[in-house]
Amino acid sequence: MKASLLVLAALLVAMPGHPILLADEAVSGYDYLQPDMQAMQDDLFSNPGMLVVEQGEALFSTPGKNGKSCADCHGENGARLETKRIARYPVYSEELKRPVTLHGQIQRCWEERLGNSPITYRNEELLQLESFVRYLARGELVNVDTGGALASYYAAGRELFRQRFGQVDIACRQCHEYHAGQLFRGQVLSQGQTNGFPVYRYTEGQVTGLQERIAQCLTKLRAEPFGEDSPESLDLEVYLSARSNGLRIETPAIRY
Amino acid sequence: MCESADSLVKRFRHYCRGVLCLVLLAPVALPANEAGKPPPYFEWQAVNYEINAPLGGLTGVAERGRAIAGDPLRGNCLACHQLPITEEDFHGNLGPSLEGIASRQSTGMIRLHIVDQSRFNPETVMPGYYRRFGQLHRVAAEFRGRTYLSAQEVEDVVAYLATLK
Repeated sequence: MKASLLVLAALLVAMPGHPILLADEAVSGYDYLQPDMQAMQDDLFSNPGMLVVEQGEALFSTPGKNGKSCADCHGENGARLETKRIARYPVYSEELKRPVTLHGQIQRCWEERLGNSPITYRNEELLQLESFVRYLARGELVNVDTGGALASYYAAGRELFRQRFGQVDIACRQCHEYHAGQLFRGQVLSQGQTNGFPVYRYTEGQVTGLQERIAQCLTKLRAEPFGEDSPESLDLEVYLSARSNGLRIETPAIRY
Repeated sequence: MCESADSLVKRFRHYCRGVLCLVLLAPVALPANEAGKPPPYFEWQAVNYEINAPLGGLTGVAERGRAIAGDPLRGNCLACHQLPITEEDFHGNLGPSLEGIASRQSTGMIRLHIVDQSRFNPETVMPGYYRRFGQLHRVAAEFRGRTYLSAQEVEDVVAYLATLK
């Protein structure tokens, strides 16, 4: 009995391409890249995502409509921003009674502190600022709270991660947990970790935010993407961010 | 002769009913017209993990099936399987290689694999290319009420795979 169980366990571990039993540990998308792509990400002079980070850096000290800039509150080049705090996003806002993503917080500052006109999620300047702020926390370990006020959002996001969508009728986790490391049309599937976002997508040739990336996946499943300000987007971002806890922030990461 | 007031009222009512019908039908009719009418769904029966009768009694053409299997926007079989389609560079390995599949499986079993792989593996990541579209979530508008491939396309792919001996 004992021996047959051992043989069974050995077989399951030895089965190629089925890391189900080993998927407890979060693995960065970096580890699924070819060495030349890893080198491109590591070398900030050749990393194409740095262009967007630098655009964000310039915006950071550009005054808004009311004459104030991000740097007025957060210091020159974000010197007064705490990197450990950046690594905790999304955080729960007592004031708004809901979680706030880093992206959403910058959007609020843009409108309320800088007095600029409202912008949508896919706004380029917003993506540039988010890339710059996340870049400041490069190397910091992702540390999103999964308890307290965020617990219910985390649980709802996890449900979405396991929910099948679209005409293709598969769930996020089927590809990004059960099949991570295998090839989909020549492209390696990663665990879908979020520690590198916003990422430079090599296949698209541009920097992409997390919600945009989720929408791309859903479109591939022939599903209707979530609305920008929908509860689903927020739940999923809380879950996906916390799922990367313990991984180093790599913004701007390079991914296929 | 002048029509009586009574018959004019009747004609007016009839007209109104017609307009109302058009208005009520419009939201249903318009998207179908935009995307083209969904083709009829042919029912199928699986016995012992095989669908022996071709969908809708259609005949597949292997050459067309080969093109569908390699086309990223249609079958996209190459996304997950290896096939003897050497002019395409990017194959996947999520699923097993399909080289020589016809020497391992009957045509009826190949057909069920394509139509509804979840009959073999409920956790599959393979789309059910001709599954009944019952309990799907958030299907994009353009694909609602449709199967992934048409019955003819499925039969074409079946005919192609049946040549891989």
